[in-house]
Amino acid sequence: MFKEVLAEDQDCLTLNVGPQHPSTHGVLHLVITLKGETILRVDPHLGYIHRSIEKMCESLSYRQFIYVTSRMDYLSAHINNHGCALCVEKALQIEVPQRAQVIRVLMDELTRIASHVLWWGAMAMDVGAITPFFHAFREREMINEIMEETCGARLTMNYMVPGGVMYDLHPNFQRRVKQFISFFKSKLNEYDELLTDNIIFKQRTQHIGVLRREDAISFGATGPVGRGSGWACDVRKRAPYECYHQLQFEQVVEQAGDCYARYLVRMGEMRQSLSIIEQLIDNIPSGDYQAKTKAVLKLPKGEYYSRVETARGEFGVYIVSDGGTTPYRIKFRSPGFSNLSALDHMSRGHKIGDLVAIMGSLDLVIPDIDR
Amino acid sequence: MTDSAHQVPDAQGKAPDPFPGQVVHTPGGGILTGALEDVINWARSNSLWPLVFGTSCCAIEMMSTASAKYDWSRFGFEVARATPRQADVIIIAGTIVNKMAPVLRRLYDQMADPKYVIAMGACATSGGPFFYNTYSVVKGADHVIPVDVYIAGCPPRPEALLHGLLTLQKKILAGKRGEKIVIDRFWTPSAEVDTALSG
Repeated sequence: MFKEVLAEDQDCLTLNVGPQHPSTHGVLHLVITLKGETILRVDPHLGYIHRSIEKMCESLSYRQFIYVTSRMDYLSAHINNHGCALCVEKALQIEVPQRAQVIRVLMDELTRIASHVLWWGAMAMDVGAITPFFHAFREREMINEIMEETCGARLTMNYMVPGGVMYDLHPNFQRRVKQFISFFKSKLNEYDELLTDNIIFKQRTQHIGVLRREDAISFGATGPVGRGSGWACDVRKRAPYECYHQLQFEQVVEQAGDCYARYLVRMGEMRQSLSIIEQLIDNIPSGDYQAKTKAVLKLPKGEYYSRVETARGEFGVYIVSDGGTTPYRIKFRSPGFSNLSALDHMSRGHKIGDLVAIMGSLDLVIPDIDR
Repeated sequence: MTDSAHQVPDAQGKAPDPFPGQVVHTPGGGILTGALEDVINWARSNSLWPLVFGTSCCAIEMMSTASAKYDWSRFGFEVARATPRQADVIIIAGTIVNKMAPVLRRLYDQMADPKYVIAMGACATSGGPFFYNTYSVVKGADHVIPVDVYIAGCPPRPEALLHGLLTLQKKILAGKRGEKIVIDRFWTPSAEVDTALSG
């Protein structure tokens, strides 16, 4: 961090946060204009982890390009893969077997819990509490072990393929998921005791970074950020994919629009994900885990779009095909990018210390923003 | 590794002490003798402070390594610092792209000597999955700064990171930086450190 005085206003201070800064959760660069301790403007500078993933996808086949998307929003790796697989299936009109659909939803919801748990620890760390981080990683490790058994990887799984999933579930899967459910339920109450009703945490987050509903819509802020502002934008409800329309779950919506509301949305979503997993874990249908597809996939000429709900919001995949074996153009609509665009609006007028809480409540994953 | 200064006497047939020198017990205390360089290396290897430098996915596995299950504080790595001026080792956890490369170089230059670099994961080692068909990725962090230890994997498991960290400790213990040492694949920390110390 270094300071330089703005030419126009001698009282203003320009402060650079990042790209190497612990509270930016990666390599985001923020140029903050301050008056005293009050934020006048925040300019996010992107590109420090721009890996040209969209360009890379143009030279990869429709089976290959899915693995790169695990590296975008690595905390929702399954869900990213899911969105891409859905788009290819839509174009080729592949019918996904019932078993594969249930496995996909189970994996998605486990990923969502793992992601929110990590966010819970990181958010607490941002506002000054260290202990929750260790609690969060204990639960996350359990999910990682379940993933590892079935998918063979802890973080970047590449499990979803066009037509279904790559392998069948591990025989231990059901038992271990049930163990996790009973364990995690008691821990969620512990989370509430540690943070939700904590007066210090409340004072750091309530009425901080308020985003109104209409602003959330105009910025395109989706996921817990949009739902924390009272916008019911859950893709699982609005445009159900796979077997979500058969499941009983609620869309968690809070009206306040501040950091605390976004916190409550994520806490509620963890409970909803648990209930989805409980509904499905004993009812995994038998059958194929993968539809029969051709070895080389060729999408018909045209444009295809599909969207899924990641842990951060709406993730869209837009494929333009010229009829060949590789996409002509791929565009990803990443939730983090739109959520970040609301940061300037949310943090104006707040103190510099609150910026860290606002950033934490946005749950940014920088490779997802830069791609 | 073959340095005779690492000789540790074990007159009573006990396992050699990890301290690279001789402890002479005298009434009411003792005297330590040893080559200063070895003692310094021994001390350095056991208190490496990493710089918090996570650019992408590997950072999550680095956080897992810091958490209770893997717990890198067992080996003296828990004092993670956000500023390069207080850090000893950069763990490059993630891809380095062209825009980030000057920042990485600057961070490395700001660190105080002695400084060490671990390239964690395929991206930092060689560009990894982003080696082909990309216009913005640096194909290996060693194009920017010198790297001591490379860890394979995308992302590496926490055990692999721990192995990399212990390998760095062994490298420091074995002597001056830049000396070539042979790394046994199936190396276990205690046995190998002992061998390094006893020659």
